[in-house]
Amino acid sequence: MRNIVPVLTVVATLIALWYAGAVALNAPWAYDKAARAEVTLTFPDLVADTWSQEKPKLPAPHQVAAEMWNTTGAMIASGRAFSKRSLIYHSWITFSSTALGFLLGTALGTLLAIGIVYNRTMDMSVMPWVIASQTIPILAIAPMIIVVLNAVGISGLLPKAMISMYLSFFPVVVGMVKGLRSPSQMQLDQMRTWHASRSQTFWKLRLPSSMPYFFTSLKIAMAASLVGAIVGELPTGAVAGLGARLLAGSYYGQTIQIWSALIMAATLAAILVGLIGLIQRITLKRMGMAT
Amino acid sequence: MSWLIAGALIWAVGWWINVQLARHPQNTAAQLAAPIVFGATLIAVWECLVWGLGIKLALLPAPSVIAVTFANSLNILWGDFLQTAIKGALTGYILGCGAAFLTAIAVDRSDFLKRGLLPVGNFAAALPIIGLAPILVMWFGFDWQSKAAVVVVMVFFPMLVNTVQGLSEADAMQRDLMRTYAAGYWTTLLKLRLPAAMPFVFNGLKIGTTLALIGAIVAEFFGSPIQGMGFRISTSVGRLAMDLVWAEIVVAALAGSGFYGAVALIERAVTFWHPSQRGRT
Repeated sequence: MRNIVPVLTVVATLIALWYAGAVALNAPWAYDKAARAEVTLTFPDLVADTWSQEKPKLPAPHQVAAEMWNTTGAMIASGRAFSKRSLIYHSWITFSSTALGFLLGTALGTLLAIGIVYNRTMDMSVMPWVIASQTIPILAIAPMIIVVLNAVGISGLLPKAMISMYLSFFPVVVGMVKGLRSPSQMQLDQMRTWHASRSQTFWKLRLPSSMPYFFTSLKIAMAASLVGAIVGELPTGAVAGLGARLLAGSYYGQTIQIWSALIMAATLAAILVGLIGLIQRITLKRMGMAT
Repeated sequence: MSWLIAGALIWAVGWWINVQLARHPQNTAAQLAAPIVFGATLIAVWECLVWGLGIKLALLPAPSVIAVTFANSLNILWGDFLQTAIKGALTGYILGCGAAFLTAIAVDRSDFLKRGLLPVGNFAAALPIIGLAPILVMWFGFDWQSKAAVVVVMVFFPMLVNTVQGLSEADAMQRDLMRTYAAGYWTTLLKLRLPAAMPFVFNGLKIGTTLALIGAIVAEFFGSPIQGMGFRISTSVGRLAMDLVWAEIVVAALAGSGFYGAVALIERAVTFWHPSQRGRT
């Protein structure tokens, strides 16, 4: 709780900087308009103009907030929460592929980690490639993956989810390998003295002790799969989703729309990561591992 | 059909070799050989599957086709590499990491700022920053400057958070020792706290390498000159020239691995004293 004042100060500073930046970046256009209308701008006029332009270089925070309210809250109030103009609709599209990719990635990552921990051949041959797989900028080939999968007949949610999966399995593998190996030799020996079978050792010792690592990886994986879903929506045929809003906004120079999509994506990321944090806290508390 | 059987055979042989290699986990040669054998097996199986199942070139080209295209279009690939990886990614990486490093040292002097900035930085590091790409392309134009700007923003927060964390790594006892030596702020920073922070700094630098390349390539989807890896990928996908796309991916993978490897090597030289490095020799 003692962090609240500093955090609020930093956030307030950032917003102040944002307003100042809006004045600086939008000023040329304001002067241009004034010169054509042959009026001289006083400073208050300049500020008022730069904060209320139609297509500003950098929209002021309240413009973005108004746009966001128009596309979320106001849409709900008028009963059109899921119309195509509503940001809630686009967020839902992005969220569904994020969630699918995240689940697939977590499952794949956990399975690979179990294989790597229990099979030395896999540890030696697969692990280096898991690391190498992340040095490939997968986001760069996202368009190709989507085109190819479309050609094979897989379309809709799954191609985007595949990209999210590729991005999110890595942190899970690394975290789970570390977590499953975290029981000390002493604890493993203890299990052996109790004549525990391999599966009992797994369920009663290795899996529970990997939980803190698991949740930390999940948070990273969730953030990564959201990025994957957004970039997956950029290329061909993107009609819905936050990524499509970004692309459409950049084609038509609708900066306010880009920023509101961006803030929406940030909010979505915060909610999802926060949710995992909450589950983590409850689970670890029930397991008696909370610190 | 014979291709498929060959593929299955190659897989079996490759796995058998690796099982043999895994019997000697202490042997350095075996440790190096196992992943290489695994990778070679995967590529061979891929080749067999493509020919065996008759997959069209427009969907998934065979590795041999990609290799031929790669060799034939070295000029194009080199030009794209210079435009995206060197001008865009590397410039942005150096600027972003440098700025984050200096900011971290400045922030570290004030406890208030640190408590305020760390949660915000952690939050920003989890954001889909890549979404800023269209805005930055609008601000800085289509050439490499806008790509470098995207990279700066992407690498900034992971680097900042890691450096700030690293600077608090030196414990009270060590700091007190520096004080008994009558060392001032700068001496303590240079001789104790920065060296102690290096494992964290390099963690941030390593995370940054992949982010930098991704940022530069994705930013090109929003507008670029007629050169660059992202540009080539998006236009080649449109023409269904998958062999060129894959050649570009090979370049990206090589550049990414090389970049990461270079940073890891420097890390090894700088943080030779850290347990995670000592254990390996």
